[in-house]
Order: sequence, then structure tokens, then C-alpha cells
Amino acid sequence: MNDMSISGRGKLPSAEEIDLIKKFLNDTTLFLGPDPEIMQNHDLMPRTADEDEAIGKVSDAHIIAKIRDRIQSGCDEGYEMVEQMGAAPGAKWGDVITGVYSASGDLAIASAGGVLIFSALVHHPIKFIIKNWINDPTVGVREGDGFIHNDSRYGNVHNTDQSMILPIFHKGKLVCWVASTVHEGENGAIEPGGMPSMAESPSDEGLKMSPFRVVENYQIKRDILTFLQNSVREPKLQYEDMKVKLFACLRIKQRIEETLNTDGPEALISTLRLTMENVRAEVKRRISEWPDMTVRTYIIQDSTLRENCVVKINCKLTKTGDRLIFDFRGSAPEFTNRATNTIVAGLKGMLAQVFLCYVWPDLPRGQAAFAPIEVITDPHSIVNCSYDAPNSQSLMSIFTGFTAGQHAVAKFLYSCPEKYTKVHAPTFNMINTFIWGGVSQHGETLGNLCADLNGMGAGATADRDGEHALAPIFATMADIGEQELNEEEVPFLQLVSKKMTRDAIAPGKYRGGQGYTMMVATKDSEQWGFMTVCQGAKIPPLQGLFGGYACGAYPLSKVKGVDVYDVLMNTPEKFKHSIEEIMNEQPFEGASYTTHHMGMGFEISKRGELFMISQGAGAGYGDLLERDPRGVIKDIEEGLISPEVAARLYKVVFDPETLAVNEEATEAARAAERKARIARSRPYSEFVKDWSRPNPPSYLQYFGAWGDDVSRLYMGSPEKMRDAATPRPNYMTHPKDVRIAELEARLAALGGLEHEKQ
Amino acid sequence: MKVAMTEYLRIDLKSEKWECRVCDHEIGAATQSYKEGLLVHDRDPREIHPPIIDPDKYRFTFSPDPEWVRILEYCCPSCGTQVETEYAVPGHPPLYDMEVDLPALKAQWAARGEAAEPYAGPAVARDEGHGH
Repeated sequence: MNDMSISGRGKLPSAEEIDLIKKFLNDTTLFLGPDPEIMQNHDLMPRTADEDEAIGKVSDAHIIAKIRDRIQSGCDEGYEMVEQMGAAPGAKWGDVITGVYSASGDLAIASAGGVLIFSALVHHPIKFIIKNWINDPTVGVREGDGFIHNDSRYGNVHNTDQSMILPIFHKGKLVCWVASTVHEGENGAIEPGGMPSMAESPSDEGLKMSPFRVVENYQIKRDILTFLQNSVREPKLQYEDMKVKLFACLRIKQRIEETLNTDGPEALISTLRLTMENVRAEVKRRISEWPDMTVRTYIIQDSTLRENCVVKINCKLTKTGDRLIFDFRGSAPEFTNRATNTIVAGLKGMLAQVFLCYVWPDLPRGQAAFAPIEVITDPHSIVNCSYDAPNSQSLMSIFTGFTAGQHAVAKFLYSCPEKYTKVHAPTFNMINTFIWGGVSQHGETLGNLCADLNGMGAGATADRDGEHALAPIFATMADIGEQELNEEEVPFLQLVSKKMTRDAIAPGKYRGGQGYTMMVATKDSEQWGFMTVCQGAKIPPLQGLFGGYACGAYPLSKVKGVDVYDVLMNTPEKFKHSIEEIMNEQPFEGASYTTHHMGMGFEISKRGELFMISQGAGAGYGDLLERDPRGVIKDIEEGLISPEVAARLYKVVFDPETLAVNEEATEAARAAERKARIARSRPYSEFVKDWSRPNPPSYLQYFGAWGDDVSRLYMGSPEKMRDAATPRPNYMTHPKDVRIAELEARLAALGGLEHEKQ
Repeated sequence: MKVAMTEYLRIDLKSEKWECRVCDHEIGAATQSYKEGLLVHDRDPREIHPPIIDPDKYRFTFSPDPEWVRILEYCCPSCGTQVETEYAVPGHPPLYDMEVDLPALKAQWAARGEAAEPYAGPAVARDEGHGH
């Protein structure tokens, strides 16, 4: 920066001049980008004069509770409408939400079901509308308006989610906002389905809708709708769900108006404000019951979805008095041309779900529960990316950030006498499902995904095994859909679906809930393909809790050069129902069998080729030698674990034929294993002398801080790093160029490139 | 007073020591990481998460890659109970995962009185339904 210090300088502008400067800047603003003042703040807006006045008139707890319940019911009604009528597959499984926001834009009440993080982030675009459009003579906000939004940089998880936002007026005065959000899927990005892993810049991510008006007089504007339909692969979906969200918002508006008519605007305004203030105060009180402590953890991402590398999500959680501070400094720098970055608001929204889904599910769902909790990050990091960084696969970082938070919080909760849920090991956190797209058997262009992303295995708790394929970490009330219904609309079948993947385990005193196998094969289209967007094929994306283990790794397996539909027709006995059997036995002659990491870019598939993956297990809890032998046998009987693995890990001795446990022999085997542990382990101080290294291994592409020093972030090698506070570009080479370079090096070594002109 | 901090660890507020809740072994000063008083084993993750598909044929097998991640297993030197695990990048210094503010912990529990057995959290109870 230039040195502007000159003698005599120091005259500050007068108030009049400041106003003039502000007016000049406002009048000449070239571009209203995401506003840092809005985007960096997740706390509640200050209480307004209207709210103060309303609370002065109505503050009786019973009236507030009654009105809150009415508004809650209205939100739930809107949610049901979207779920029942929504065209997006996500809508049908509950990947939607509705909410009511204060006049200042804070989310006061969200529907009981659905994806809380969606609405917990919509306060950002509403505040953008309030700040920029209400007083803009070319825009304005009027009764009957509806605003659409999806650009995550203005407040959203990712661009595949679209919101409809309506201002609610009473006698000409804005009293609150309602909004509905759906994971729509398709958005015209470089790959179908709305979450492209191939995006190398925001320009590859499809529709970028900053908040704008798309509804006037409660009617969708046809000219804008046509433009949006032309911008995506599913024009029908775009229209249908805009209507569905609009009408869900109108139903909530109707319920609000009923309340306004019976109890008056003050009661409504007071209810919204006091609900948030009371929750915020209660959260501070609950935090104060935790022990004062700092907990450190990290979660490792093992890919950018384009290539395998080691990407650190670093988390230090400190509680002092009634303050709770998440410090994510030391996490990987943002990738300039990879899609796994997230805006910081997305991370915060997901951390809010740790509390509202897993720690304090009794609190009213809204923005207030996370409002007093602080978050620190490095600028331009993978958890706080810049405007120019792609973020269409932000789920990778918000989910691993969530897990870091969930893991850290459990260590605070154990000793706390006041609990609202059980202490919980991390739940599985990757969207192990198939995203798909192309032209269907009905000739329609489609791009979306299977609901199996919702089937994440739950972490074990302090007194119970984790439940299998239970629910996604972003919506504990969602389900995994009906694949058969989906198959009426798409040209592929899940030949194996919901069958637990044996030995893909997370052992412990209480084991994690397991994941199930999915095998898909295209059938009725020559223009159809799949992608997968998960990490964790080399490094588990979880940590275990209190001696329990995390899950294992989950790869993608492909079988090509086969038409399994012909096999099923002619030699059905050759078809096997597990990845284990198909890959190990290779039953289809002449076919190729390959494995891959779980970041498969969109790939066109041929009829009958197999793509096979598994959902993941939640983490285990406690020392596995304390597991009740009966639980181990039950797992064998249910096909969750093979007898050999169970006997080797859990040290349970049983009859291989009858599975009858030999209690005495088991006790002896476990006592021997405890002794063996002591014998093979080393005192900590000795161990770290050999183990700890000053730098990351040179053979790994490592991103993030190493050890306790969070001032430097490694950028792919021990020699390349950046000052944590000073952003630098962080480009990755195209994986195909990397492969070409490797092959050329081998050719060169063999003398094959000697005569090539350069 | 002794406060149970994890499934297997407690802090004796008087002696300011970490203790094993299984065998009462005194692990070390509560002003330091409990890991300092435990034994550690560097576990190949393939032993815990076995390959489901043949490692001789395939690059990815359902087992974590042992060159990319290791499992640090911490156990009590007295009874061998596995107190904690840590999935770590090879060579990454182990984390000081629970750094307790001891004076604050003492003050908090002094106000609460005697420490009871840790509360597991609310159980899911069967709803009796609505009735008159």
C-alpha cells in the first residue's frame, strides 16, 4: 500500500462531507457483491424500536408460547406441502425447509422437519434484500413480491439449493419474512445435478442467483421464469418447484395473517423476537454448565474429489464461562480451482446443526441457538473461501467441519451433569450416493441424485450402538426415499440396495451404525451417466470416541465390459449381491474390474455396466474389548461382520457352527489382549520422539497447518506454504495432465521421446 | 472430589491428577495432557478396517491406506484399557486434546457439591399417548 502520510494531513471529513462521500459511493456502486457485513455475521440483529415497543405490549410467556406454536404449525404445514408436491427428488425425502424471519431478517422459527442449515443461512439473502433493495427505486419491496436466490456467496450451502423469499406486510408495514428452500438438484452447472466436482471456478457452477424479484402480485413472472428454465437442464423442475415454494410460503403467510388478525402485529413481532432472545440466553446458560477447557481435534479429507491429497480441517474448541469459540485456523488453504471450499456461513450453518440436531434438539429451531457461539477462521481458507473460489462441493468441508465440531463437543459433554442427548460419537459424514443425469427412458433431460445420501450410519452413543443408515447429519428427520419410485422416472436400476456392507465396520464397546451397498446399472438410455462426490477412500473422514474406532474407507468399484441385464436374463446364478463377491470372484468373463476414489466426475455409462459403492459407518464408542459378546454374535448373525474379523478384533471365542460364546475363553482372550496391548505399546514420551516429525511427509500432498503451529499453512509439499493470514493462490494441476506427465516421464526414460520436436 | 471426564478418565480435583476409571491407576498431572501418562501403539489401520476386496488385485480395498493414515491407540499402562484413539497423518504430533482449566473446574464442582456418577443423558421413552 502507498504511504500517504504527509504533513498537515489529519483533517477529518465533516459529518456533512461523510454523508456526501457515502451518497457518492452509493450512487456510483458498480456491483453489489456479497456484503461482508452481512456474510460474516451470524448473530441476531439488534432489537429494533418496533420490537421493543411490541415486547412492551405483549410479553406474557403463555401468549408467546401459543403464538410460537401456531407459527411453528404453519411452518410445518408449508414443509409438508413442499415435501408432498415438490418435484425435486430432494423435496420428496425431506431435503427442504420453511421458516419465518423477523423484519430484520433473523430466522426465528423453522419447520420441525427438514434441513435446518438451509433456512439458517437464508437470513443472509434476506438481509441483502433489506439493505439493498427496499430503498432502491429500481427494485423496492412490496406486498405480493417474491424473491428467488441460490448463489451461495450471498448465503447458502451450495447453488443447488433454491429459496423463495416473501415479505409479509400488515397494513402496509413489513412485519416479517417467510421463506422456503429446497435442494433442487439441477442448476445448469458444468455437470448435471447441481453439485459439480469438476467446477474449477464459480463460472462452472451454473445459475448464480443473487436475491432478485421473480414474483409480483403473487404471480411468477413468466419472462424471468423462461430465462431460468433455459439456464438449467430440467425446465419442468425449475417451474414446478418455484410454484411449490411460492404456495408453501403463501400458506405460511395465511397462518401468520390469522395470528395478526386474532392477536395483532405486536404479539407476532414480540413472539419472533422473544423466541430468539430467550433461546440465545438459554444457550449461554447451557454452555456455562460445560467444563472450562480447550479441546483439539482434526478431520482429514483425503481428496479434492479430483485427486487424492491430504486436506486438514483443524478445530480447537474453547469454552470459558459462557463463551464457546470454534477456532478453525490451521485448516487447509482454499483451493483456487477445486470445488471443495465453503463460505464461512456454510460452516457455521452446519455447526448449528451439531447443536440443534445432536446436542440441544429440544430448543426451538432457528438462528438463535448458534448466535452466541463464536467462529474463527483463516481468510481464504477451505472453511472461509473467497468470492472467486468455486464452492459447489462445499459439503466436503462443511461436513468434515461438522464432524470436528461433533467430536470436540462430545469431550465437553461427558462430565456435564446436564444433558439433553446422549454423548455421541461422530456420525458418518459423506454423501455416499449416486448423482445422475442424462436423457431418461421418457425422453426427458434430468440431473439429480439418489436419496441414499440420507442413509448415513449413526455414531455410537455412551450406552448404545449406532443405528444403521439412519439419517443424514444435515437433517435428522429426513428419510432415504423409495428407490423403486425413483426408478419409474430414471433409466437405471439399483440392483442391490439397502443391503449392509459386511466388515465395513467402526468397532467399539458400542459400534457405529453401518452403511449399505448400492449397485447401479443403466438400462433404458444411451445417454445417461453417474458421478460420485465423496471423500474417504484412503483416509476415514471421522475420528472415534473414547477408545472407539472411526469407520474404514469406502471406494468406488466399477465393472465394465458386461451387460448385467443379459447376465440376469441368461445366467442369473452368476450375479452376486455383494461388492465383496463380485470384485473378488470376478464372475463375469471378459469384464474389467476396477476400483477408484469416490470423486468420480460425470461419466456416461453403458447398459448393464456396474457402479458399486457403500454408505458409511458412524464412529464407534469405547474400548472394543468391553463390547458385550452377545452384541458381537448378533452382528455376525445380521451379516454386519464376518466371524473371522469378529473373533480377531473383539477377542470373542465362539463355536463357528452354533455361534455359542465360550464366556471363559473370551474373558481369557480379552485379558491376554490387554496384556498384549501393554507389551506392544510404548510410553508416550518415548513414542513421540520417534513418531513426531517437524514437517508433513514429502510423499503426501498435504494442505493445512502441521502440529500446533497454525501460523503457516502447507500447500501441497513441505517446501510450499503460505502465511496463514496472507492469502495466496493455490492451484491444482489437472489430474489428466499429472497422468500424462507421469507417462511421458516413463516414455522419456525408455528413450521414446528422443526425436519428438518441442 | 473426582470428576469423570470421559468414559475411562477422571480428574481427582484434590490431587490434580488424571486417573483411570477402570483400575484407579494414577495417570498423570491434570495440568498436562492425559496422553503423557498413557502407552501408545502405532496401529496399521488395515488391521482394524480389514480389506473387503482383494488387496493384491485392487488399489482401493475398503481399508485405509497405511501410508496416509495411522491409528494411534492410547491405553492405560496398568490395566490395558484403550482410553482413546487418534487417526493421524504419519508423523503428525499427537494432539493435546483435552486441556482442562483446573481452577475453573474446581470452582464449578465446588458449587455443584459432590460429583455423582456421570449422567448418560435422557433415554428415549415410549410415549403413553394422549388420554383423559
